[in-house]
Amino acid sequence: MSHASEPRVDAHTGTPTTGHEWDGIAELNTPLPRWWLWTFYATIVWSIGYWVVYPAWPLATTHTNGLFGWNSRAAIVDELNELKTIRGAAGAKLEKASLAEIKGDAQMLSFARAQGAAAFATNCAPCHGAGAQGAKGYPNLNDDEWIWGGTPEAISQTITHGIRWDADKDSRAGAMPAFGKDGTLKADEIANVAGYVQSIGGVKVEGSPDLAKGKTIYAENCAACHGDDGKGNMELGSPSLVDKIWLYGSDKATIVNRIQNGGGGVMPSWGGRLDPVTIKSLTVYVHSLGGGK
Amino acid sequence: MASAQNSSIWQKHGIFEKNSIVLVIGIIVAIAWGGLVEIVPLFYLKSTIEKVQGVRPYSPLELAGFNIYVREGCYNCHSQMVRPLRDEVERYGHYSLAAESMYDHPFQWGSKRTGPDLARVGGKYSDDWHRDHMNNPRAVVPTSIMPAYPWLAKTPLDLPNIKEDLRTLAIVGVPYTKEMIDKADADLKAQATADGGDVQKRYANAIARDLGGKPTELDALIAYLQRLGTQVDFKLYDAKANIR
Repeated sequence: MSHASEPRVDAHTGTPTTGHEWDGIAELNTPLPRWWLWTFYATIVWSIGYWVVYPAWPLATTHTNGLFGWNSRAAIVDELNELKTIRGAAGAKLEKASLAEIKGDAQMLSFARAQGAAAFATNCAPCHGAGAQGAKGYPNLNDDEWIWGGTPEAISQTITHGIRWDADKDSRAGAMPAFGKDGTLKADEIANVAGYVQSIGGVKVEGSPDLAKGKTIYAENCAACHGDDGKGNMELGSPSLVDKIWLYGSDKATIVNRIQNGGGGVMPSWGGRLDPVTIKSLTVYVHSLGGGK
Repeated sequence: MASAQNSSIWQKHGIFEKNSIVLVIGIIVAIAWGGLVEIVPLFYLKSTIEKVQGVRPYSPLELAGFNIYVREGCYNCHSQMVRPLRDEVERYGHYSLAAESMYDHPFQWGSKRTGPDLARVGGKYSDDWHRDHMNNPRAVVPTSIMPAYPWLAKTPLDLPNIKEDLRTLAIVGVPYTKEMIDKADADLKAQATADGGDVQKRYANAIARDLGGKPTELDALIAYLQRLGTQVDFKLYDAKANIR
């Protein structure tokens, strides 16, 4: 049975009751602390102010815009414009300057390298490594060996249009043919030429390939791109085989696999993603890592 | 208690508290009203319906990748929502538009940003990078805390239900045509061959890859990831016209 009775003061706790009683058990009246209650009321009042100042209520075809017409998309446009202004003068100067001019101007160089380092960390480091040290399949950018060229123009071209990036028609194209898969070379021929590549590359020749035969096969199939001396050709993106830098590895299995399946690494084109000043800064940064030509 | 107090409307809550059916009806009315006010305006307000060029439904292979993305719970660590904040736009690119995820069911905006946002990851890395990275993230990013997903590359994509997937999505409003649904299986295989067959006819700019017509789960996931955030050409997008 429950019933309401007149509120009274509970004898044990000294707290008043609400007057609700169930089977002789009375409910104590312990209201919310005043400070809490008034804070709650204040937030309600605050929300009314918020409705007035910021976009809030849906209407028939639009919504209330708020006193100042603030909107997140307009705000980001303003913020980006502000950023453009801050970088504007230095950026415009950088875009036009040659590498020699940039190197001669301490302020311009530090701007380019700071921006380049930041852009590199965000966009390039996942493949080339945080220190541009590279990884298997992703070239080291600190050394002075370049697959597609280490001049500022070549670096800029590579960043802007990528390598073997189909979506960009100006991308650096041309890949090593799949000599084995396409049936140009037989398995024993591939083994011989792989041995020859190891021999000119200065690593221990695995197994017992016929190096004389390998040399002939090399001259007929490989020299057109990698050169008679194995020094490669940056025009074609064919790496040097004699610089002791092995992008995929110098063991026989890896070399055989490359000859069998051909192909080459892929780098996205960044022209659509990064603005020209950022690409210039990246070029300066990469060029300055140690191996720039 | 004075009878004058009992007659006040503020004293009538006892009716709800003492009759469960009345309480249930009351809850339904309250929630329905809240939904009406908060959700319904989104269907007609100009500022929430933004039409943009270039967004098309996923091709069957991309959709299979989307399903794997959901299955593996990628959304638990990766958002797909570049917010209109300066640092995010600087890092990832243009802020996300609602229309870019209009064919995602369920949408993958997420809010747990343990890993980087993926809304614009399409075209940022090569396919090979994604392969290396899924197999072992530490192989390419030494500081990564992402788990490895090595089984994806070893598991052939087995999706006998891709046609039903398309049909189901068509029911909820994704504009898959009858032709698209009928050819779903063929399109899925075609996109995994070098020339892609005529998959591009139905799905503009679908990227075909030479996978011998037998994609793995990883191939499907990569097809999906490489599509993310690439559909809208922001050189043509007028940000100012859409400030409203």
